[in-house]
Amino acid sequence: MTSHSPDIAAPPAAGLLARLASGKLAVLLVLALLVAVPPLFFPSGFYYRVGAIVWILAIATIGLNLLMGFAGQVSLGHAGFLGIGAYAVALLPSRYGIHGIAAMVIGAALSAFIAWVAGRPILRLRGHYLAVATLGFGILIAMVLTNEQWLTGGPDGMRVPRLVLFDWPVRGSDTWYWIGGGAMLIAAWLALNLVDSPTGRALRAIHDSEVAARVIGVDVARYKLAAFVISAVYASVAGSLLAFFDGHITPDAAGFLRSVELVTMVVIGGMGSVVGSVIGTLVIVVLPQTLTFLSDYKHIMVGAFIMLFMIFLRAGIVPSLAALVRRRG
Amino acid sequence: MSVVLEADGLGISFGGVKAVDGVSFRAEAGRILAIIGPNGAGKTTLFNMVSGVYLPKAGAVRLGGEDVTGMEPQVLAARGLSRSFQNLQIFFRMTAAENVMVGRHRHEARGVLAHLLSLPSVARQNRATRAKALELLDVVGLRAQADIPAGSLPYGALKRLEIARALATEPKVLLLDEPAAGCNPVETEELDRVIQQIAQSGVAVVLVEHDMKLVMKISSRILVLDHGRPLTEGTPAEVRAHPDVIRAYLGGHGAREAAGV
Repeated sequence: MTSHSPDIAAPPAAGLLARLASGKLAVLLVLALLVAVPPLFFPSGFYYRVGAIVWILAIATIGLNLLMGFAGQVSLGHAGFLGIGAYAVALLPSRYGIHGIAAMVIGAALSAFIAWVAGRPILRLRGHYLAVATLGFGILIAMVLTNEQWLTGGPDGMRVPRLVLFDWPVRGSDTWYWIGGGAMLIAAWLALNLVDSPTGRALRAIHDSEVAARVIGVDVARYKLAAFVISAVYASVAGSLLAFFDGHITPDAAGFLRSVELVTMVVIGGMGSVVGSVIGTLVIVVLPQTLTFLSDYKHIMVGAFIMLFMIFLRAGIVPSLAALVRRRG
Repeated sequence: MSVVLEADGLGISFGGVKAVDGVSFRAEAGRILAIIGPNGAGKTTLFNMVSGVYLPKAGAVRLGGEDVTGMEPQVLAARGLSRSFQNLQIFFRMTAAENVMVGRHRHEARGVLAHLLSLPSVARQNRATRAKALELLDVVGLRAQADIPAGSLPYGALKRLEIARALATEPKVLLLDEPAAGCNPVETEELDRVIQQIAQSGVAVVLVEHDMKLVMKISSRILVLDHGRPLTEGTPAEVRAHPDVIRAYLGGHGAREAAGV
């Protein structure tokens, strides 16, 4: 049928631009530039440090966005997986002499397994009930890490042995900046691949209508679980890298505040947007640093900024701005 | 023609009220069976039981001769039963083409690891899936709207999009729940053509619809429900002449008038 006027479609030039901008390669290029260009203007090593934290945490945010923004399932306990990844690289090398990279892989596998076991009953729940169940799950992991002093060193945390790659001890904020940036790009590439695949389409379908997804043959429980497991692995890897970089970890890494921070990053940056995840992480990490001159009022301003972002860029920074550009163009 | 779907004495109650009670029907390949009845007659509830969304309290559903009562919708979809919805269940944030592509899900390789790594086979499959989706969009007249977000398509188009999505599963049985509701006469005529085309391809179509002109024109048999119970079943001509049907639709007074009393 051709009764619909063609003016619904964007003009050809803008359409081409939009298609390029939404293409996988273009997104990766934007992210690569975001990593590569800023160091040219860094006045001190401190900036590398903040940058490394941004890229590493962005990995966890991208993973959580697969669960929240694509599959439409919330998790208020994802820092728990961050904690598992962090403690894996702290414990396994120091106690059992396992190589750091192997420890990271084991941590990710453990996170995947725990997500798989815990996810089955939890993901049957919806909305607020799911939020509270995942919240409990996250608190549970943080409690274990705090209370099992013989293993984890308790609330004081523990030292993380330095990562050694082929006899080369990895040190320095600038080195970790590039490692974090590279890892983030890989994480983004995998996520973008997934979105444009049968799995990604199934997840997005579940987000909009579970019943419709089911009657056309999508095993909803399987895909919710898959998204949960994948996002757990993302968080675990981010936790491992963060622990290597910091050289010291405490149970706070798995704490409730960290979980809330991750959710905030996803929502602020834009649900269902991979670039949004990175931008959201950037804003939430960098904003408090730029407001230090306000000293005691810093946290008030951070809160106010978050509210303003949500009021004026409701769909998240990246999707809202993209829509604005499309309308102008 | 062979019976593909058989409902046998289906019943369900909600809070003590029998929403559907003792309803049976048989859908044959290549034929259109219409289920009609006043609002609240239990038509959509019947669909929900047959498609596995509700678990029936009584009776059985047989698909291709096998008992499938109480199976989950995605299992039924894999066995060749799909449906559309009365209140739209569209994936609004996806494009029209992507909506239909999800319908190809059960025909695609589902290895999540391969999808993460975007292996060449995944890209190949994506292209094949999209080509098939565009074909189906063509069938329902939405080819030109393929890359428009479903959320910005008009109501009548979304009704047809649901049909294309259900067809993408390559069903043996297709349940259509009020496909013409909210459609203008041109769209209804378009729909008429599409539904007949689907039946001609060998699919057993079960149609719940209020548009009597459409029902009488395309159905080979009609089942009439009233207050959750079967009132009568027959060819369009038989049903049209049945006094109980006239009474159910027009009320007692109207029935007397129609009978010329």
